[in-house]
Amino acid sequence: MDNIVEIRDLRKTYAGGFEALKGVNLSIKKGEILALLGPNGAGKTTLISTICGITNPGSGSVLVGGHDVVTQYRDARRLIGLVPQEINLEPFSKVKDTVAFSRGLFGKPRNPALIERILRQLSLWEKRDARVVELSGGMKRRVLIAKALSHEPEVLFLDEPTAGVDVELRKDMWDIVAELKELGTTIILTTHYIEEAEAIADRIGVISSGQLLLVEEKAELMARLGQKRLQIDLQDKLSAVPDVLVEYNLELVEDGQALRYTYDTRGERTGITRLLGDLASAGITLTDIQTEQSSLEEIFVGLVKEGAA
Amino acid sequence: MNWAAIRVIYVTEMARFFRTIAQSFISPVISTSLYFVVFGAAIGSRINEVEGVSYGAFIVPGLIMLSVMTQAITNASFGIYFPKFIGTIYELLSAPVNFLEIVLGFVGAAATKALFIGLVILGTAALFVDVQILHPVAMISFLVLTCLSFSLFGFIIGIWAQSFEQLQLIPLLVVTPLVFLGGSFYSISMLPPIWQSITLFNPVVYLISGFRWSFFGVADVPIALSLLAIAGFTALCLAAVWWIFRTGWRIRG
Ligand SMILES: Nc1ncnc2c1ncn2[C@@H]1O[C@H](COP(=O)(O)OP(=O)(O)O)[C@@H](O)[C@H]1O
Ligand SMILES: [Mg+2]
Repeated sequence: MDNIVEIRDLRKTYAGGFEALKGVNLSIKKGEILALLGPNGAGKTTLISTICGITNPGSGSVLVGGHDVVTQYRDARRLIGLVPQEINLEPFSKVKDTVAFSRGLFGKPRNPALIERILRQLSLWEKRDARVVELSGGMKRRVLIAKALSHEPEVLFLDEPTAGVDVELRKDMWDIVAELKELGTTIILTTHYIEEAEAIADRIGVISSGQLLLVEEKAELMARLGQKRLQIDLQDKLSAVPDVLVEYNLELVEDGQALRYTYDTRGERTGITRLLGDLASAGITLTDIQTEQSSLEEIFVGLVKEGAA
Repeated sequence: MNWAAIRVIYVTEMARFFRTIAQSFISPVISTSLYFVVFGAAIGSRINEVEGVSYGAFIVPGLIMLSVMTQAITNASFGIYFPKFIGTIYELLSAPVNFLEIVLGFVGAAATKALFIGLVILGTAALFVDVQILHPVAMISFLVLTCLSFSLFGFIIGIWAQSFEQLQLIPLLVVTPLVFLGGSFYSISMLPPIWQSITLFNPVVYLISGFRWSFFGVADVPIALSLLAIAGFTALCLAAVWWIFRTGWRIRG
């Protein structure tokens, strides 16, 4: 079984009648880093909360490691580590105590050696006897991660791990995530920063208004991103693309008044020089040319608009 | 059963108690001593005996009950309200634990603290008056059951409360008056007949009467009724807690 999380037609309506999840379908592969990208209020936290047992699902099903999160919650939850969006920590407990507490809560026997390893990995070992109140914001966030890792979960949910965190800490967080992936943990993180999804995810899901608009390999999304369009406005209308230009895969647009050429900016050659030369040889006169690039931001905004419509 | 979870909840809750052990120990000692000074010396000099028991000794069971009930409620309600308030409840909700395990951890710790305080008061009282215990097994059973059931009740209050004011409302407005009017410091038979009947609607009367019976063999109501009352109250609280966790009332949106 390659999918560690299977979400089927998940819906959630809050007590006030607000529908925060409108039928989400999502399969998460074992060992991947999936970024859920979406604006505030999109339903990211609701989705995670429903998977992890913090809110009751409305309808639909969620399987984690093949276990239903409602009917087989014990088996399902044992596999899950959750780092919540808010820094929810008991202020007066010691770092190592609160981490050991989490491990016990998940039914695991004490294991000081493992906890030491986790604290070292997160650069918290020096602070093991400090009380939570004495820590900086970034350290508190790492304590939350240590708690989530304390019971050796297979799937780790990170809800906006870098919201309100400065650039340096954000890089730290990305390193931590990369390390965890190396160790085989499946990671789902939510973010509303496009660069963050770009920087660390294997796949990116875009969520808005309770709907998952797309889930795609980052590489594919980036390939789309790397594409640029060149629009060539023509003096005289064409009824068809001339045969000599067929290799360029041109599109005839604006009623034959313009040609559109799509090319990859990351390629060695864009082919523009040659195209322009061939256009001249074919006796086609140009009036103007423009290029445009679709950024992830654009794709994202476009999707969100479509979703809202 | 997730025993490890019960253990860590219990131990963490008890650690909070041990951090303030001096305070936890000293305050019941002082307040008990004050009761004896005020009630024992002032009132006791006027009322020599109640149903064949010296007044000083007579108030001991009521005094213990008063503290045990309020302590159990305060500890248990705060114990579960605090994680709700600071948000750490997310961890309890997302862990592989069921309601019974959470309750055993929190209620077990609250009941242990209440029991400890009850025993401290008993010990302090023994310094002032001659306390005899006719039925020690019944005495311990009543004490433990009261600690447990009132801790359960406190747990429910902690789940229900949405502010610190609400947290203190029920103990202050309901429990303390019921305990004071429940015959802690007097025998029901000392009241005018009409008040005697009214008092019988106060559930605390049955607990205090049963508890006092285990000390001196004298009771306001039959001992079977007392047992029934405490068993019924415990069952009621358990049912409420079970329902809360089944529906996620006020904890799981
Ligand atoms: N407990 C709740 N009761 C009612 N509405 C809620 C509750 N929690 C979240 N919402 C609403 O659900 C929507 C999604 O919220 P959330 O999942 O927190 O979004 P995100 O994490 O993507 O910012 C928002 O419109 C929010 O106002
Ligand atoms: Mg959120």
